[in-house]
Amino acid sequence: MENLALYLPEIGQFALILALVMAVLQVVIPLLGVNQGQLWLMGYARPFAVGQALFLVISLFVLAACFVMDDFSVAYVAANSNSLLPVQFKISAVWGAHEGSLLLWVTMLGLWSVAVALLSRSLPLDMVARVLSIMGMISVGFILFTLETSNPFARHLPSPPMEGGDLNPLLQDFGLIVHPPTLYMGYVGLSVAFAFALAALMSGRLDAAWARWSRPWTTAAWIFLTVGIALGSWWAYYELGWGGWWFWDPVENASLMPWLVATALLHSLAVTEKRGLFKSWTVLLAIFAFSLSLLGTFLVRSGVLTSVHAFASDPERGVFILALLGICVGGSLLLYAIKAPTVASVGRYEVVSRETFLLLNNLVLVVMALAVLTGTLYPLVYDFMGLGKLSVGAAWFNTMFVPLTVILAVLMGLGAASRWKKDTLPRLAGVTAVAALVAIVFAVVTPFIVQGEWQGKVVLGLGVAAWLVAATLADIWKKSHGKLAKIPKLGMSYLGMVLAHTGVAITIVGVTMVSNYSIEKSVRMSPGDVETLGDYQFEFTQSGKIEGPNYTSQAVRFNVIQDGEVIEQLTPEKRHYSARNSIMTEAAIDVTLFRDIYVSMGEPLENGAWGMRLQVKPFMRWTWLGAIFMALGGFLAMLDKRYRRRVGVAQA
Amino acid sequence: MHPQRKKRLRLILFLVIAVGAAVGLAMYSLSQNINLFQTPTQIANGEVPPGRTIRAGGLVVEGSVVRDKEGLGVTFRVTDGQSEVPIHYEGILPDLFREGQGIVALGQLDNSGVFEASEVLAKHDENYMPPEVQDALEKAHLDGKAKMENANSSDTDTSYGKGAGY
Repeated sequence: MENLALYLPEIGQFALILALVMAVLQVVIPLLGVNQGQLWLMGYARPFAVGQALFLVISLFVLAACFVMDDFSVAYVAANSNSLLPVQFKISAVWGAHEGSLLLWVTMLGLWSVAVALLSRSLPLDMVARVLSIMGMISVGFILFTLETSNPFARHLPSPPMEGGDLNPLLQDFGLIVHPPTLYMGYVGLSVAFAFALAALMSGRLDAAWARWSRPWTTAAWIFLTVGIALGSWWAYYELGWGGWWFWDPVENASLMPWLVATALLHSLAVTEKRGLFKSWTVLLAIFAFSLSLLGTFLVRSGVLTSVHAFASDPERGVFILALLGICVGGSLLLYAIKAPTVASVGRYEVVSRETFLLLNNLVLVVMALAVLTGTLYPLVYDFMGLGKLSVGAAWFNTMFVPLTVILAVLMGLGAASRWKKDTLPRLAGVTAVAALVAIVFAVVTPFIVQGEWQGKVVLGLGVAAWLVAATLADIWKKSHGKLAKIPKLGMSYLGMVLAHTGVAITIVGVTMVSNYSIEKSVRMSPGDVETLGDYQFEFTQSGKIEGPNYTSQAVRFNVIQDGEVIEQLTPEKRHYSARNSIMTEAAIDVTLFRDIYVSMGEPLENGAWGMRLQVKPFMRWTWLGAIFMALGGFLAMLDKRYRRRVGVAQA
Repeated sequence: MHPQRKKRLRLILFLVIAVGAAVGLAMYSLSQNINLFQTPTQIANGEVPPGRTIRAGGLVVEGSVVRDKEGLGVTFRVTDGQSEVPIHYEGILPDLFREGQGIVALGQLDNSGVFEASEVLAKHDENYMPPEVQDALEKAHLDGKAKMENANSSDTDTSYGKGAGY
């Protein structure tokens, strides 16, 4: 047993190599079967996918075991763990840095492949073979990348360090246990939609059935992306210590771009399934969505963000990912160029129709993604050309996003209320007139009631949010003929859409309110001082020390007072992590549905005084609550009967 | 022209104009919202007009950090090894702000040559050097060398783009 533990890293690496072998077989054999028309060869797609995933999971578990057992002979463990680290953080440290997060990435790809293998009974075998073969290709690329440039099992021998360097304190947090795996599930999940699109292109069967198979998979990946992005924002908000929840940081942008395109893809797939239209466009979106996830991986992992020079001077990893990106995008676009002209979308639709609104919506979403892409890559290109270093400010992204979101929300309301094929403006106006009126009144009155002040941006934000909800409700009213009992019968897909669109409205309200009505101040405070901010008083009652497992912190206690009563005690901390000798701000937050109170410590000043940052952020929670609604909406849509009905028929 | 075609042509024209206008506005807005990084030497040489929002940075000079008696004002100098720039900031400094540490600040130069920062950034990694600062240091270093070797050549830009060492 002891011997086994000694060779654990080698076992992990060996499992990873076996997974690579499985992945290669998963690429070659089924595709050969398709090419030769041999069903028995195609039949190997599923077992190879399961085998590959099994070895990947073993490999990941072995790495986790190395962390839990403090095997500092493994360089990656030594760099990112410490014997004093609490065990849950030892496990999350597995994906705390580059090598391990790549292993997690490929393992998730393996798991998605298994899910496709197991849940594709209704699919013709040749499609299963193609889809799994394409997913295998991606897997081969990334396992090779891991083994070649970023082996997490590399050893520090013969003289391993006695103690590890510890996980970056920023990452020692619940948010980091859940955020990266969720986001990765989303990124990698888009490979399924990508593989389905390419398989359909290869076979020439771009039809409603293909769209119906793709939809639940795309939705599943989209749900993970949505939740992953929201978790990231939430984590940054409470962990970075200054109350920002979105920074237009390239790493955030890297996750937002695939989300925007995946959202467009979801809606385009709906048109392809229901009406047989937009086929080429849907395929293109599937390619772009996954390519943007790869681009995100490239941006985050190549070092190109720190500096284009970092990339140039240590090119191994960057060039490898860039090559993978090039092969993937280039190959799929080539296939698209060859095959797409043979794809004809049948069916017609009038200018005023749901098809048109969905197309416009798609365009807005893609323009948003392009704006993010431009803002993210501009500094890199500028630097690369030797023109100097610059940064694109958050102001620019906001200037782009605010108007586009307004247009998007208006179109969403119209799209949901309009009919397929042919609609008329008078009818549409009749259905939505009340909603528009409600929205305008709501938007003008609410800011007065809530804040007693009026701002153009707030009226606009609340207006479109209210419009979105009102137009959706009007549509439900009409479809159910005003009978509540009929609402559940409208179909899970439809109810999912309602929930997701409501989620968008909730997020818009949150973003609008918190961006325009947040108040904050940075002050010097000593014990006994009282500061007023908005409706609240902050009383500095005492300061002291707290001993944590691998840190010590200086803490300050605050009474938060409203109308003369203490409503909450807050204890922000300044932590000192000894292993890395680093300082971390731990904010204290009092949460209600309608406002957050956020207190964080700055630096110690003379005579026991501290620099303190006090903030009141109205509707902060709504920003993330909306994402939860969107995710639940997606989940409902996935449960729709028609995805399962096919399964039943095929099995019968 | 066929009326159908005329209609389509008009639609295409409209789309081209709309897209053109949108791209134009986006690019104009981009040019207004980019913040160029300037080295302490560039600032000391008077290459930066007061009032323009830029990013400046360098190593925080040892012993240069002076806090106001009241409030949260703080003044310090940053250097690229050749020139120094005084920076004034009002607010909470990041956790990793220390003397000797590389930082980047966003703000404007005032008329007296003090850089008034609205934001000070120091990354959450004690070994991390902001790439801009790294570049500035190397550039200043090479400039200094070039001056010693050849008194006539005052400005060389050869260091740029090589960026060796990180």
